[in-house]
Amino acid sequence: MRNARVLMTAALTSACIGLSGLSTAVANDNYSDGVVRIGVLTDMSGIYTDLSGRAAVEAVRMAVEDFGGEVNGVPIEVVHADHRNRPDVGASRAREWYDNDGVDMINDLSNSGVANAVAAVAKERRRHAIVNSSSTIGITNDYCSPYATHYTYDAYSLAQGTGKSIVDDGGDSWFFLTVDFAFGHGLERQVSEVVREAGGRVVGAARHPLDTTDFSSYALQAQASGAEIIGIASTGADAINAINALAEFGVTPNQRPAALLLWFDDVHALGLETAQGLLLTNAFYWDANDETREFSKRFYERTGRMPNMAHAGNYSSTMHYLKSVEAAGTDDPDAVSEKMRELEINDFFAQGGYIRPNGRMVHDQYMWQVKSPDASEYDYDYMELVTTIPGEEAFQPLEKSTCYLLED
Amino acid sequence: MRLLTWTVLAVGLIALLAVPFFPQVVYPIFVMKTFCFILFACAFNLLLGHTGILSFGHAAFFGSGAYITGYCVKYLGWPTDLGLLAGMLAAAALGVIFGALAIRRSGIYLAMITLAMAQLVYFFYLQAPFTGAEDGLQQIPRGTFLGLLDLRSDITLYYVVFGIVAAGLWVVWRTVNSPFGAVLRAIREHEPRAVSLGYPVARYKVLVFALSAGLSGLAGSMKAIIFQLAALNDAHWHMSGDVILMTLLGGMNTVFGPAAGAVLVSAMTHYLDPFGAWVTVIIGLVFMSCVLLFREGIVGKLGKILKLNTNFQTDAAPAPGRLEKSKSEG
Amino acid sequence: MDFFGIPIQAVLGQLMLGIVNGSFYAVLSLGLAIIFGVLKIVNFAHGAFFMLGAFVAFMSGRYLGIDYWAALFIAPLVVACIGIVFEYLFLRRLYGLDPIYGLLLTFSLVLVLEGGFRVAFGSSGQPYPTPELLRGVFNLGFMVLPYYRAFVIVAALSVCLATWFLIERTRLGASLRAATERPDLTQAFGINVPLLVTLTYGAGVGLAAFAGVLAAPIFHVNPSMGSNLVIIIFAVVVIGGLGSIIGAIVTGLALGIVEGFTRVFYSEFSSTIVFLVMVAVLLLRPAGLFGRTEA
Repeated sequence: MRNARVLMTAALTSACIGLSGLSTAVANDNYSDGVVRIGVLTDMSGIYTDLSGRAAVEAVRMAVEDFGGEVNGVPIEVVHADHRNRPDVGASRAREWYDNDGVDMINDLSNSGVANAVAAVAKERRRHAIVNSSSTIGITNDYCSPYATHYTYDAYSLAQGTGKSIVDDGGDSWFFLTVDFAFGHGLERQVSEVVREAGGRVVGAARHPLDTTDFSSYALQAQASGAEIIGIASTGADAINAINALAEFGVTPNQRPAALLLWFDDVHALGLETAQGLLLTNAFYWDANDETREFSKRFYERTGRMPNMAHAGNYSSTMHYLKSVEAAGTDDPDAVSEKMRELEINDFFAQGGYIRPNGRMVHDQYMWQVKSPDASEYDYDYMELVTTIPGEEAFQPLEKSTCYLLED
Repeated sequence: MRLLTWTVLAVGLIALLAVPFFPQVVYPIFVMKTFCFILFACAFNLLLGHTGILSFGHAAFFGSGAYITGYCVKYLGWPTDLGLLAGMLAAAALGVIFGALAIRRSGIYLAMITLAMAQLVYFFYLQAPFTGAEDGLQQIPRGTFLGLLDLRSDITLYYVVFGIVAAGLWVVWRTVNSPFGAVLRAIREHEPRAVSLGYPVARYKVLVFALSAGLSGLAGSMKAIIFQLAALNDAHWHMSGDVILMTLLGGMNTVFGPAAGAVLVSAMTHYLDPFGAWVTVIIGLVFMSCVLLFREGIVGKLGKILKLNTNFQTDAAPAPGRLEKSKSEG
Repeated sequence: MDFFGIPIQAVLGQLMLGIVNGSFYAVLSLGLAIIFGVLKIVNFAHGAFFMLGAFVAFMSGRYLGIDYWAALFIAPLVVACIGIVFEYLFLRRLYGLDPIYGLLLTFSLVLVLEGGFRVAFGSSGQPYPTPELLRGVFNLGFMVLPYYRAFVIVAALSVCLATWFLIERTRLGASLRAATERPDLTQAFGINVPLLVTLTYGAGVGLAAFAGVLAAPIFHVNPSMGSNLVIIIFAVVVIGGLGSIIGAIVTGLALGIVEGFTRVFYSEFSSTIVFLVMVAVLLLRPAGLFGRTEA
C-alpha cells in the first residue's frame, strides 16, 4: 500500500508537470493548438443515417476544401463520430472533442436529445456547436448560449411554413397523426397554434407510438374525422408508413395530407406515385436555382446522392463559421461567436441570412409540393415551389424565446 | 503466481487512479461511463451467474436510477448524495416488485415477465412529463458530494465515481462469498434441494433481485450525474440486451468477468467510430465469434488458460459446462 | 351509413384491421414457435429474417425483374436457405446449452444483417409497388378495405393452416413432434433428427420471410422494419404457450385485434399493451393460453 502511494505521488507529479508544459505550448498564437478542427457528430449507423450521416461529413469536407483548406494560414481539419442516437454517447464524445482533441466546432447534430445534450456541453465548455439536422427549439430557448447556433430549420419554422400556408390556402380543419414523442407533440402544438391563429380549427389528433408500422387504424380515424387536412407530425419511417396508409385507404385524394417534417430522402423513398401532391416545408431543394444545382451536382458526384436541407446547411454553416474565424483573426470562441452574429450569410443556401442573439439563423423557408410522376422530367425532379416564407415570419419571434441571453 | 496476480492488480489500480491526469491517453469521462457499466453488469450477474435467473428487464432499474436521481437533484433540489441514494432505493424497490412477480415462474417465462414489466416502466418514462421523452432529462446539476467535494470538477467526480463503484463491487463480491451467496448457488444448482433443506427460496430470490436492482440503479444514477442527463435509451429494452451481452462476453461464472465484458462493449462502441456505418456489423461479428469461440467468456477463458484459481473465480472448481446446461423448466 | 352511428362502423373497421395485422403476427409467431419447439432456441433474429424477406423481394424485383407473385415463393425459399446455412454452420454448435447462448448468437446476427443492409441501402428505405391485380379497394359500407389487405388475410391464414396441418396431421409432422419430445429415441428409429432440425429452422425463418414479402407493399421496406417487432412476437408466442402451434396462430390474431382497439381508445399504449396482457396471462396461466401445464 505504501508503495502504491509513493507511485501515485510520482505519477501525479509527473502528470502535473506534463500538463503545465502542455498549456504553455497551447497558449501561443491566436489559434488553439495551431489547427482549426471541426467535428461532425452524426448518426453514422442508425435510423437517421440517411438524413445526415456520411454525407454530412462530406458536406463539411467540401466546405473546408472550397474554403481553401486553411484559414489565415492555419490548417483546417475535419473529424467525425457516431452518436448512435444516444444523448450520453453524444455528450461524452463532444466533451472529449472539446477537452482533449482540440475540436473548435461541432456540426450536424441529428437527434434532438443529442443536440440538446451537446448544446449544454458547448455552453459549459465554451465552444461552438451548430445544429443542422434536428428540430428541437430548445437550442434557441432553454439550452441557448453564445456558442450554440441553430442553422437550417426548427419545429417553429416547420409549423409556420406548412401550417400557415395551408390555412391561408383555405385548408382550415385539421386532424393530426402525431408520433408520441416530445418532437411530435411539440410540432402538433406549434401547428395547432398557427392554425387557430389563422382562423382554422383542429378537429382531432391520434398519437401513435414511435416505429408504428401499421397506420391503417389511424387512416380510418383520420377519415372519420372529416378534416380537410391530415397533419403528419412524424418523420422518417413513421411518416412514410403513414402517408402510404392514407393513400392505400383512399383517404388522400379527398383529404389532403401535410407532412410537417418530411425530408427530400423520404420523398425519394416514397416514390412520386404515392408522394405526389404532398406539401412540405424544406429550407433547401437541390433544383431551386443555378447556384443550388451547381452545389448539388458536385455533392452528387462525391456522395452518389442529392443533398437534403441538412447537408446544404452543414456546408453553408461550416463556410460561415470559417469566414467568421477568418474575420476574427482567431478561433477564440467568444470572438468567433461575435463575428458569426455580425456577418451576413449570402450563398446558395441563404440570402441575407443572419444569426440572432439566441443563436437562431434567420433565413427564408420554402413550401414545396411534390410533383406527379408525369410532371417529373428527369431524375430527382421531385418538387416545385409553392410559397416562400420570409425568415422573419418563419422563426420564433425573439420576445417568445426563453433564452437567458435576451433577458437584459 | 500469487505474486504475479497481486502485481497485476496493483498496477491496474494505480493506472486507474492516474486516469484523470492523462486525458490524452484515455478520456476520464469515458472511463467513468465504463465504470457505471461495470457495476451494472456485475450487479446483473448476481442474478444470472450466481442465482441462475435470467432477467430481461434490467434496463428498468438502470433507467429508474437515472431518472429518479435526475428528478430529485434537478427538480427537488436535493444534494447529489441523497439523489444517488434515492435512485438506488427506488430501483431496489422496483426490484422487489419485479422479483415478487417474476419468481413465480422460471426460465424463459421469468425472463419474459421481467421484459414485459420493463416495457411498462419504459412506457411510464416515455409519458411522464418530467422526463422530456426523447429530449431527455437534461441539465441535471452535478452539485457536491457529502457537502464537501465539488463534483463540477471532472477529477473530483472521477474519484467519487471510482469510490462508489469500488464499494458497489465490494458488495457484489461479499454477497457472492457469503453464506447468502452459497444459498444462491444452491438455488442455482438444484432448487428443489434448496427448498427441501428448509431455505425460504422465494425470499432469497426477491432479496437478490432487490440487491441486483439497487446496484443497477446506482449505476444508472451515477451515469445521470456524470453526463448530467437521463435519457430514454437508459430504460429501453436494448439496454437490457446490452447488459446480458456484457455479462456473457465477460463470463457469467465469474464474479468480475462481466466487468471485462462491460469494458469490451464500451470500448468497441467508443473506438470503432472510424468504421462509420460498418460499426454495427463489426460488433455483431465480434459477438458472434465470442459465443462460438469462448463461451465461458473472456475472463472464464483466461482463467482456464492461466489456471488461475484465486479470487477471480467464485467456485473452487465450477464443473465445465455445468452452468451451461439448460435451466429452463418450462 | 351515417344513421347507423359511427361507433359501430368504427368497431367493425378496427376489427377488420386487427385481423389483418393479426395475420402478420400469426405467421411470424408461428415460425418462432416452431423453432422454439424443436430447437429450444429463442430466435432473436426472427425480425431480421422478416426484413430479409422483404428485401429479397425488393432486390429480386429491382435487379432481376421478378414480380410480386414469384417473389412470394422465391424470397421465403432464399431466406430459408440462408437460415439453413446459418443453422448448419453456427447455431447447431449451441444445442443442449443454456438457451441464452442461442439468444446471443441470433442477436449478433440481427446486428450483422441490419447493419449490413443499412450500409447497402441506407436507412430511409425503399418503395415496393403493390401488384397491379390487387390495387383498389372494396367498399364494405362500414369501411374501405384495400384488396391487398384482404389478400394478406387469405394468404397468411392459408399458410398458417397448411403449416398446422403439416405438423399435426402428417407423418413428417409426427416425426417432428417425436424428435421434439425424445430426439435420441427418434434417431434410434432411423429418422435423421439433425436434418429434421435444420429443415425446421429453415422453415421457421422462411415463414418470417413470407410475412416480410406480404408486408413489403404496405409497410415500408427498410433495414429496421423488424427490429421492434421481434419482442412483440416473443410476447405472442409466450402468451400462446411456448411451442404451441395453434396457440401462436390464435394469439397472433387476437393480439392484432386487441392492438387495433387500443389504437382507438389509448393509442399511445398500443405498442405496450401486449406486455400488460403477457404479465396477466403468465401470472394466471403459467404455461400460456394453449401451453400444456407443466411443473
